[in-house]
Amino acid sequence: MLNYAIFVLTTAGIYAVLAQSLMLSWGMGGIVNLGLAGFFAIGAYASAMATKWGGLPLPVGLVLAMLAASVAGLVVTFSTLRLRDDYLAIVTLGFAEVLRIVANNEIWLTGGSDGISGITGGLSRADRMPFALTWLGVVTLVVIVWLAALRRLAASPWGRALRAVRDDQVVAAVAGKPVTRFKAQAFALSTAIAGLAGALFGHFGSYVAPDMFQPLITIYIFLAVTLGGNGRPSGAVLGAYVLVPFLELTRFIAEHVGGISALQGAALREIIVAVVLLVLMRLRPRGLLPERNQQAPRPSSPSERSAS
Amino acid sequence: MGPLLQAILNGLVAGTILTLPAMGFSAIFAVLRYPSFAIGALASFGAYGGWYANSRWGWPIEAALPLAFAVAAGVGTLCEWIAIRPLEPSGALMMAVASLALSFLLENVLRFGFGNDLRGFDLPMLRDVNWGPVRIGPQQIKNMLLSLAVMLAVWGFLRLTNTGRSMRAVADNPDLARLRGIDPARVALITVVMGAGLAGVGGMLLGLDTSIDPMTGTRLMLSIFAAAVLGGLGSIPGAVAGALVIGVVEELTVFAISPAYRTPAGFLLILLVLSWRPSGLFARRAEA
Repeated sequence: MLNYAIFVLTTAGIYAVLAQSLMLSWGMGGIVNLGLAGFFAIGAYASAMATKWGGLPLPVGLVLAMLAASVAGLVVTFSTLRLRDDYLAIVTLGFAEVLRIVANNEIWLTGGSDGISGITGGLSRADRMPFALTWLGVVTLVVIVWLAALRRLAASPWGRALRAVRDDQVVAAVAGKPVTRFKAQAFALSTAIAGLAGALFGHFGSYVAPDMFQPLITIYIFLAVTLGGNGRPSGAVLGAYVLVPFLELTRFIAEHVGGISALQGAALREIIVAVVLLVLMRLRPRGLLPERNQQAPRPSSPSERSAS
Repeated sequence: MGPLLQAILNGLVAGTILTLPAMGFSAIFAVLRYPSFAIGALASFGAYGGWYANSRWGWPIEAALPLAFAVAAGVGTLCEWIAIRPLEPSGALMMAVASLALSFLLENVLRFGFGNDLRGFDLPMLRDVNWGPVRIGPQQIKNMLLSLAVMLAVWGFLRLTNTGRSMRAVADNPDLARLRGIDPARVALITVVMGAGLAGVGGMLLGLDTSIDPMTGTRLMLSIFAAAVLGGLGSIPGAVAGALVIGVVEELTVFAISPAYRTPAGFLLILLVLSWRPSGLFARRAEA
């Protein structure tokens, strides 16, 4: 039971990191990343390959995972950041699908549908409790560090400008903000965070395969972020920690509905997840922890006003 | 030379069927102004509706096709009114996210009801027709003709009827259309019925050619996007041309590289088109 609780908390932590990624791009930047699962996968594979085949230490793997996901984010959105946001939604969704196809077929690179197993966890998996507790600690620490960093970022001039871009690109551009650069920076950072979540996921679980990165993961994270509040770092984290028990609850419901097969149970779970997301979007689109409007700082003296 | 010609012919067959959901996607994008990620799942619903009537009730294909249209149109309208329309004030992206959630919902409703098994239509076995180096199944010819007939009907509807004209007016400029007394809610309703219905017919025609499962339509999503982007998002004639190009490109990829890379080829085309000609290959004017 304790093992189970630790496992659930660690998974929730990994989802919380992913939720931070989505909060940054969607909630703060207004960029809908429907390919979140794809960037999650890139991080997981990059770190797995770097540590298993490159023999690099685990922390280097984590950094490489962030770099790889970030570069992928920029390459994929390079042509679309300047266009309407719907194009980006289409392209990111397509990207995650294509990535899964490539991972399934380029066996020489990714191990195909078998994936990559035996990924290092940094310490021996034989000692189950120390291993589980260490990973719970590491993942929780990462959640806290990103939470603090994104809170700082949200309150910074950069964060304010990004929200201005989200609310009205034309006004932001007229105010002299380089709109595309802000969106590119936000997206690259958000995919880097998703990549980090993927790397943690791979090292914690020791195994990655294309089927783990279904688009359903993206829907889960949209649910978490919508639930918690998509404009606030703490909202996204809260959403993720509520999401995982909720997913366990749907499993419980599906198992206790009489007279349906296992497949129907799985379908029922996804139906519940989708319906809850739709209902939340309708009834509480700002989430449990809504974004707070910041007061614009008042320029203290006329000279400062002219300088800015 | 034979296999190459065969690949091109297969591509034209696939592309002709792809035109219908691609037109549906583009019509919804043009009038309701959000990308509907549920269009694939609606195609699956149409396919199951037609299949059920055909295999359980013994309806002929010609009678089952209108039912496929009606099932997809009904489900699509219901989804639009319950789940998507109320989100309009929050913007197109929220509507797009909701449509993605709907896509999962619909796919799993089908999975819950019918399982993951492949289902085939009740069709007479017919011998393929040989034309020199290439061959084609009589059912494929029939599907192409049916698809062309639907396209022609849509064209006639948009060009010749008042409703069609008001749809084009709203797509072109919703404010001006409202000034001219066009009721936007009515036009939106007709667009959803038409868009979802076209997807349903496309899904069933696809199922006639192969078989259906709950993912039949969602698997088609990337090709639909590619066709719509290639033709310029929101342009219905563009979607037709885009679908034919995508059909051929996909089949040529199957022929030259590997069947697995059918959809990635379409995705690569999306990236290329968006880099060089974001308003589509066939656009005459720049997109606002």
